Amino acid sequence: MATALLVQGLRSEFAGPFELKLDTGTCAAITGASGSGKSLFLRMIADLDPNQGKVWLNGTERGAVAAPQWRSHATYVAAESGWWADRVIEHFTANSRSEVAALAGRLGLRVDLLDAPVAQLSTGEKQRLALVRALLRSPPVLLLDEPTGPLDEESVVRVEALLRERMATGTTILLVTHDPNQAERLGHQRYRMVAGQLETL
Amino acid sequence: MNPILLTPLDISIAASLIILDAALSIFLKLRLHRQIAIAAARMVLQLVAIGYVLRFIFTLNNPAATLLLVLVMVLVAAREVAARPERRFKDYSNLAIGFVSVGFATFVTSILALTTAIRPQPWFDPHYAIPLAGIILGNVLNSASLSLDSFLGSVRRERAAIEARLSLGETYREAIAPLVRDAIRRGLLPIINQMSAAGIVTLPGIMTGQILAGLDPLEAVKYQILLMFLLSGGSGLSALAASYLAAWRLTDERQRLRLDRLQ
Repeated sequence: MATALLVQGLRSEFAGPFELKLDTGTCAAITGASGSGKSLFLRMIADLDPNQGKVWLNGTERGAVAAPQWRSHATYVAAESGWWADRVIEHFTANSRSEVAALAGRLGLRVDLLDAPVAQLSTGEKQRLALVRALLRSPPVLLLDEPTGPLDEESVVRVEALLRERMATGTTILLVTHDPNQAERLGHQRYRMVAGQLETL
Repeated sequence: MNPILLTPLDISIAASLIILDAALSIFLKLRLHRQIAIAAARMVLQLVAIGYVLRFIFTLNNPAATLLLVLVMVLVAAREVAARPERRFKDYSNLAIGFVSVGFATFVTSILALTTAIRPQPWFDPHYAIPLAGIILGNVLNSASLSLDSFLGSVRRERAAIEARLSLGETYREAIAPLVRDAIRRGLLPIINQMSAAGIVTLPGIMTGQILAGLDPLEAVKYQILLMFLLSGGSGLSALAASYLAAWRLTDERQRLRLDRLQ
């Protein structure tokens, strides 16, 4: 199987160095205590924080690609979703309404939420919509930071099903989760983050 | 009509009003009499000092000396701009942003007015250049500091939103645009208010001064209108410069949001 994501000597002043090799269509799950550096690791791969080291995506080194393009290929979905306009639908590209509605529906979200003000949404609804927002752009690598943290059991099942489906069509996932069972269910490789270091489980 | 010159006696009579304030403070236990006395003394000393400095610079009539004085004024204004925002850069960026935005706006608008509208001979005659630069500086300082304060205050609050946009592949420029827009808008509000209120709510200072100095009201009004245009242009330039410079200082070659550069 082809390597989708390759990380070598990735470090910052707070965490690392990290090594990671992830095949296309697989998932690496990272568990670990709060503040151990799980989010920092994902953010470094997405190049959102200053860092050193090398990252390849399908054979292309990060430095050879403009930062926005890199992030649209290795897309980070934060544990705390960010919103910049008043209404939900304004956060999606024009003419994508039917696709948004289809994906949102699969994650158990009511379609009328799309026209609601973001301020009226629950944390779990925002979290799932942020995931939809990233999935719609079909990035080859998804960096998911606790995507099901605030969700109920039924929604977790829906999200996991959708992620499995994406993996089957070639999306590679790096997943940070607090739930060891989720790591067990989704992760082809499993790691634990301890004080800024990755331990293989 | 010649201006009516004030004698020391005239001023002493007005100074008795300060005594009134102080007496009020003692009588009502406002505990302000010390501050009133110090502030009044400072005001008198500062103004007399600047009077002598201006007289000296006017007699020198040397472009280098004029430029030096204006630069010192810009530097003092830059310090005010830098000190105002609650959030600041760890390094000297606040001061640099203040200096560049205030200096740029002041020089552009002053030189435009001196070379096209007022046209003294030579155009850099300190009688005109220094007071004009001073008035513009005061306004430009206000808008630059409001813009900088607005930008630095909102950027931390909006961090999740900005980084969500960056994560989806938008450029830093796109992700930060709403904040820059708000910051510029914030810097322009005072001059818009000032223009709307001019002549109805307030009689602007320059116009009042010129009328007191004996100028015909319509001539004084013309000066005030010119000045308002200069001030709005200056406010726009300094708000623009302060906002864009701050936005630029908060990113790097990989288009990250570098909040670690703030205190």
